[in-house]
Amino acid sequence: MKKKWAFLTSMMALVLLLSGCEPLLVLDPKGPQAERQASDIMLSIGIMAVIVVVVMAILAYVLIKYRASNQSDDYEPPHIEGNHIVEAICVGVPVLIVAYLSFVSVKSNYIVESAPVGYEDQEPLVVYASSSDWKWHFSYPEEGIETVNYLYIPTDRPLEFKLYSYGPITSFWIPQLGGQKYAMADMVTTLHLAADEPGEYMGRNANFSGKGFAENTFNVTAMSQADFDEWVEEVHETAEPITENEFEKLLEPGHLGQMTFTGTHLEFSPAPEHEHHAESDTEVDSESETHDHSQHEGHAEHTDHSSH
Amino acid sequence: MEFFQRFAIPHPSPAIYASMVAIALVSIAIVVGLTYFKKWGYLWHEWFTTVDHKKIGIMYLISALLMLFRGGADAIMMRAQLATPEAKLLDAQHYNEIFTTHGVVMILFMAMPFIFAFMNLIVPLQIGARDVAFPRLNALSFWLFFAGAMLFNISFVIGGSPDAGWTSYFPLAGNDFSTSVGTNYYMLAIQISGIGSLMTGINFCTTILKMRAPGMTLMKMPMFTWSAFIANIIVVFAFPVLTVALLMGTADRLFGANFFTTANGGMDMLWANFFWVWGHPEVYILILPAFGLYSEIISTFSGRNLYGYKSMVWSMVLISLLSFLVWTHHFFTMGQGALTNSIFSITTMAIAVPTGVKIFNWLFTMWKGKIRFTVPMLYSIGFIPLFTIGGVTGVMLAMSAADYQYHNTMFLVAHFHNTIIPGVVFAMLAGLTYYWPKFFGFILNEKIGKLTFWLLTVGFVLAFFPMYITGLDGQARRMYTYSEATGFGPLNMVSFVGAALMAIGFVTIVYNIYYSFKNSPRNIGSDPWDARSLEWATHTPVPEYNFARVPQISSSQTFWDSKKNGHALFKGEIEDIHMPNKSGVPFVMGIIFFIVGFSFVFALWVPAVIALIGVFVCMTLRSFEQDHGYHIHVKEIKETEAKYGEVLNSEDRPRTTTRV
Repeated sequence: MKKKWAFLTSMMALVLLLSGCEPLLVLDPKGPQAERQASDIMLSIGIMAVIVVVVMAILAYVLIKYRASNQSDDYEPPHIEGNHIVEAICVGVPVLIVAYLSFVSVKSNYIVESAPVGYEDQEPLVVYASSSDWKWHFSYPEEGIETVNYLYIPTDRPLEFKLYSYGPITSFWIPQLGGQKYAMADMVTTLHLAADEPGEYMGRNANFSGKGFAENTFNVTAMSQADFDEWVEEVHETAEPITENEFEKLLEPGHLGQMTFTGTHLEFSPAPEHEHHAESDTEVDSESETHDHSQHEGHAEHTDHSSH
Repeated sequence: MEFFQRFAIPHPSPAIYASMVAIALVSIAIVVGLTYFKKWGYLWHEWFTTVDHKKIGIMYLISALLMLFRGGADAIMMRAQLATPEAKLLDAQHYNEIFTTHGVVMILFMAMPFIFAFMNLIVPLQIGARDVAFPRLNALSFWLFFAGAMLFNISFVIGGSPDAGWTSYFPLAGNDFSTSVGTNYYMLAIQISGIGSLMTGINFCTTILKMRAPGMTLMKMPMFTWSAFIANIIVVFAFPVLTVALLMGTADRLFGANFFTTANGGMDMLWANFFWVWGHPEVYILILPAFGLYSEIISTFSGRNLYGYKSMVWSMVLISLLSFLVWTHHFFTMGQGALTNSIFSITTMAIAVPTGVKIFNWLFTMWKGKIRFTVPMLYSIGFIPLFTIGGVTGVMLAMSAADYQYHNTMFLVAHFHNTIIPGVVFAMLAGLTYYWPKFFGFILNEKIGKLTFWLLTVGFVLAFFPMYITGLDGQARRMYTYSEATGFGPLNMVSFVGAALMAIGFVTIVYNIYYSFKNSPRNIGSDPWDARSLEWATHTPVPEYNFARVPQISSSQTFWDSKKNGHALFKGEIEDIHMPNKSGVPFVMGIIFFIVGFSFVFALWVPAVIALIGVFVCMTLRSFEQDHGYHIHVKEIKETEAKYGEVLNSEDRPRTTTRV
């Protein structure tokens, strides 16, 4: 048995060595949300490691002490039904651990689902991130810019991503800024992120979406607000406007490189945002409403009923 | 021509053509072999028409082992493709098909029949029954499972395999994004075998509730029977959800319904919810019987009664309840908000408590015991630390905010393999080794068995522990390739080496069966392991009627009581034994269901309707059939018993006990 444990520990050491050259992406956070998640992860790894060590220690002790070859031939193991105190400890200690982790987990849930800590009083930058087979479209409605497969973001400003999909369910993920969230065709989900440091980050779709899934990635560049403003200006000077025709072509399944446009597709193909609210009828103009009807008849009908 | 077009494989490769030829050759070889050796009659009378729970169990066992190799072949191809960055072994489409079939085959066509095999083999013996409550229904369950498994497996040579993941999330699995018939196979094959599973659930709940030997109260049932009972209750509650979800999915794909589409009011998230309302209880359907097997084995080889029997039972009851309250943790990232996530985060973590109780009870069962390191015990000992690691990573995943980072990554893949392989697969191999002598009359070679154990354990650690690290480094699951710059390469290579060791390990099991069949001694008596529960109180191999006289139960380890404390297990005279008749109808219905499934997959309505009528004809005939079974007479029983060398009419049976 000892050999096995020696082997296990050396394996873990080897694994850590192999990966040890650079910090793991998730454990190398560059924003408050990812930081919270990384600290939860490290906390739980610590507590769990203690549990594993305790179980292994008891097991090793029992196996060494009570192995048959260590006992006389006429040893008859006793009949033991159980012991209330021992069993209470076996229930009590895990309950305490789980209660503590639940407390942390609930707290973290509310933290990652609201504006990032330290950024609460700032106006967030809203970015609509939509996926299509197998690309990401980023629309900046305030700036009037749309990009494909790359994302420029300012540091030190909260980011609010509005996620939806033009196809299968995908999952928007920038590991170093924070965890993922699904993008789906019939509703919009919101992901709150922020970047503390300028830099290049990996972003991808993490949810399997068919043949082109592996390459369904995008680059994220975080820069100062001044640099970001400069980029916005530059785009407005150089890029072509996005048209409905052009956008339809972009949606066709396949891979594309990075692209930049002025204007956003939200103007002619809005996000499936207010589907379930009656007031959406008054908000959208007539042209996009017809479009809406053709795509989401069921929902639109439902909306009509509720408004009467 | 167009008619035949749809049966072609959309993405052929030399490997698939080779498999087609291999399948054809093997089929011809089997038919020729059976005819040459005149074995058709034997096969029909002894196996195809049997309603004997032991034979059905053995057929489940053989199917599970076959499917283990099919799923394993998928696994080794996946690991080989990912071993190096930008490998060209498989393209994206093939990789997607392989991980989809790997998941479906391993869960539904390997693990499920494996646990059903043990339920069939052991439960009636452990409760002192002659068979299950509905023997013919039991045969039908098996043949439906088998029809479903075969239907699923022919997909890769006729029409193309499903490629939307074993979870088959819509809208990806809908007609818009999965155009081949692959997902039709998924819907129908799982539906057919799922109906079989549901019937097994009802059958075993009834058996355990109604057919226990005199004196066996619920709290005197052996632990494996308890685990099987709870698992089957979960089956009865969970499988109807899958049945309905698959029906809706089939309607979407074949009849243009819009349950899960993104247009016309369909809701893609509904599928994910339905799937996991079944899917999460499903993992407990698999793990609880595994826990039951470990309880039997650890108790036997520690020479001790099971510690904390009552808390073991109550923890399983609690796990079965909680298993229905956690499904949302499979998609914390769907955007349902902090409150919902918090609730499901807490219920998920709560499962760790009863599971922890079980781990400690096993440790305390070994405490003050006399531990023998046999092969089944080695698996059980290996299971405890490895499953603990799998369990605590589960608690980590249950922290929903952190799960936003683990979700869809290799960390998750590492976690669930870390629970299912040491939890379920090791238990099945432990059970296989432990119960092998009971049904085949010889012990599997211990030396080769130990080699298998070490190959599998080392292979497992090498294959799956690196995934925790690559997951945290951002490797998403289900990617068919990755670039060198990601740095995932070396660890994936380690995984491949581990997977290769496991593959060798599984091959040694087959070799062990062959070797032991040739070389193992046959004079092992009826109780080779010095065991404790009732299934060891009958002969080896078990006679058709299980027990010549109905056993009298004193405790959950009544056989041990009869060995050590002078409890009289068998009292009174031998009487005629009532047994169920054989029937070919379940086998025929299996074939008909296969035809129904195949016809639906390809939307061939005429054969589909004709075959469906066949199903109802079989059911109608059955309801008008008078079948009272038959009796084995005292004389015949005495002759059989005499063959086992038993002294009849004696209160205390002599035993030949070989200790290992």
